[in-house]
Amino acid sequence: MSDRLTVAKTYKLYVGGAFPRSESGRSYPVHDTKGTFLANAAQASRKDVREAVVAARKAVGGWSGATAYNRGQVLYRVAELLEGRREQFAAEIAASEGVNGKRAQSTVDAAIDRWVWYAGWTDKIATVLGAANPVAGPYFSFSVPEPTGVVGVLAPQTSSLLGLVSVLAPVIATGNTAVVVTSQDRPLPAITLSEVLATSDVPGGVVNLLTGRTAELAPWLASHADVNAVDLTGAPESLAADLERACAGTVKRVLRRRATEPDWTETPDISRLRAFVETKTVWHPKGR
Amino acid sequence: MNTWEYAPAPESRDIANLKPSYRMFLDGQFVEGGGEPLKSVNPATEEVLAEVSTAAPSDVDKAVKAARRAQDKVWGRMPGAERAKYIYRIARMIAERARELAVLESLDNGKPIRESRDVDVPTASAHFFYHAGWADKLAYAGLGPDPKPLGVAGQVIPWNFPLLMAAWKIAPALACGNTVVLKPAETTPLTALVLAEIIQQADLPPGVVNILPGAGGVGAELVNHAEVDKVAFTGSTEVGKLIQRSVAGTGKKLTLELGGKAANIVFDDAPLDQAVEGIVNGIFFNQGHVCCAGSRLLVQESVAGELLDKLRVRVATLRVGDPLDKNTDVGAINSREQLTRITDLVSAGEQEGAEKWVSPCPLPDKGFFVAPTVFSGVSQAMRIAREEIFGPVLSVLTFRTPDEAIAKANNTPYGLSAGIWTDKGSRILWMADRLRAGVVWANTFNRFDPTAPFGGYQESGFGREGGRAGLEAYLDV
Repeated sequence: MSDRLTVAKTYKLYVGGAFPRSESGRSYPVHDTKGTFLANAAQASRKDVREAVVAARKAVGGWSGATAYNRGQVLYRVAELLEGRREQFAAEIAASEGVNGKRAQSTVDAAIDRWVWYAGWTDKIATVLGAANPVAGPYFSFSVPEPTGVVGVLAPQTSSLLGLVSVLAPVIATGNTAVVVTSQDRPLPAITLSEVLATSDVPGGVVNLLTGRTAELAPWLASHADVNAVDLTGAPESLAADLERACAGTVKRVLRRRATEPDWTETPDISRLRAFVETKTVWHPKGR
Repeated sequence: MNTWEYAPAPESRDIANLKPSYRMFLDGQFVEGGGEPLKSVNPATEEVLAEVSTAAPSDVDKAVKAARRAQDKVWGRMPGAERAKYIYRIARMIAERARELAVLESLDNGKPIRESRDVDVPTASAHFFYHAGWADKLAYAGLGPDPKPLGVAGQVIPWNFPLLMAAWKIAPALACGNTVVLKPAETTPLTALVLAEIIQQADLPPGVVNILPGAGGVGAELVNHAEVDKVAFTGSTEVGKLIQRSVAGTGKKLTLELGGKAANIVFDDAPLDQAVEGIVNGIFFNQGHVCCAGSRLLVQESVAGELLDKLRVRVATLRVGDPLDKNTDVGAINSREQLTRITDLVSAGEQEGAEKWVSPCPLPDKGFFVAPTVFSGVSQAMRIAREEIFGPVLSVLTFRTPDEAIAKANNTPYGLSAGIWTDKGSRILWMADRLRAGVVWANTFNRFDPTAPFGGYQESGFGREGGRAGLEAYLDV
């Protein structure tokens, strides 16, 4: 060990491509699983949620309008950058999740591979879910999946990087933009991920990451009229039903909280890609 | 030019085989319900057509339990190929009794016989026929390697397409191995109960389909029943939100097909005569009682005057009256309640300063009728531009550029459908990409097919009906 004093990082929010502190001026201490202080994280407020939604909405047009090939390349580029930061992520996961170095390494590997898997879906999901509809009449009718819009994501509480990647990547792969509330007690890998996103080609506002109290932030996200869908995966159990009820106010699409946090090391299927798309059917007459 | 008068060409009401009373269908039997019987009224004459028994909460419970038993013991275990044959039978028997069903539908609902005969009934039969074939092919639907039924589906449908909505709900549910408890609308229960007769004659195992008439209370009882695994609702956004709230936290799978305020967009290069036909079909089909009705006409400013002139001439020729007359274009408004809602919104349009034009067509002396109405000079803030009227009332707005058309079309919390009229193919596809709506009709309007997914964006609901996408609503994948 060098006896040099390290430069400690200030962990901030990631909103609209920038790294603001919470407008509330609040922060909260983050500890490792043994209770040792790791850092202070910004404690986002209702206003931060609203600003993140504004940023996400602003980014919808560009991101959903980009070609699927382009989105695939941009997301693949993120995986390249993640690869370059493997050590940092492994160290943060080891600290946040209390796992040994080897396990932390394999979690980072899985997260990078997961990101690559979803990056590859951008220009395939429409072929898998879309269709040319053989209607009984002289019409060309086709159906395509389109992004739902702004998706609020309550990231898994336990799996701070692999879980986060597993819920975030499918949302943006299909062309949505995201407002993510990170794991409350394990937010550091998420913030490092936001630094990767900021230096990648993902446009500002496509992903917005808020650290803070999930129970405080989630209701504002669930009731926000400009949020189109909410992933409740990381919702506190006691709040899940209330959040679903709040979502009904503007008929949001809801991906429900599961009884227990999923095993993120399992190979995913396309259900998360299906959760945040809308099927659009277009008709046109045929004729001479 | 000589005007040729139409002679009445009424379809005989005897064909409907109308019975004085109808009973609910529970566990394979027609039985009296414990609720207060309702009287179904012919909206064209205001006379009572029949008395219909309604379900009490205990009946809902019995029906859900019957559906559960049938799902566990018979329907869920049956090979898909066998389920398919039952559903094919239903499709065929609807076609066999098509004329009877069409007349009964027009009597109970008020829609023109031309529409019930040419659209509602054949499309209902087609919906069963299409989904029958899926029953043994679900693993090929691309939704997951091992698709499984959800269990018991509680389904609540509206009064605007009574038989067709029953078909949209029941057919995919059965094909996917679920059993069904369906509540038809309070004002239009009759064709669903004839469908129950067909289901009985097709020899479906008891409990696979249960049909319980009643008002909103029966629907609420059904949706909230603890043993229902899947809830499907078509109706207003207001009730849809209540249902979404009430199933929150229960784990029930939910699909909603709710209201709309579709923009029908006409560019200056569109063939205007064709566009006029599309506009008329878009808003006056089924008296405008269509969730995907083209109720906001957006016309490019340079042709607005010409188009409106043509539109008024065409709309003035629409014949409003006896739904059983084959010459009728616009039938009766389904209920007095709906009539009041329409006239309230029409007054709001006048008060807010839009210019009202009403077809000079004669209206019958009795029954619930509204003459086709076109409001011009409508601005986006007016209620008639924002709220679903669900009647033969069109609001006309104008735009200058494609970007403005998109901005105005998308300026609504709804997102069910939209129309585009232009000769330019590239513009159609550019527009279609940007319209936030589940169905986009280009140079046509109000087309439906069992193979083509239908459903909304935003507050028009979620989930699809029809096509491969529609199966997801009834499968655990």
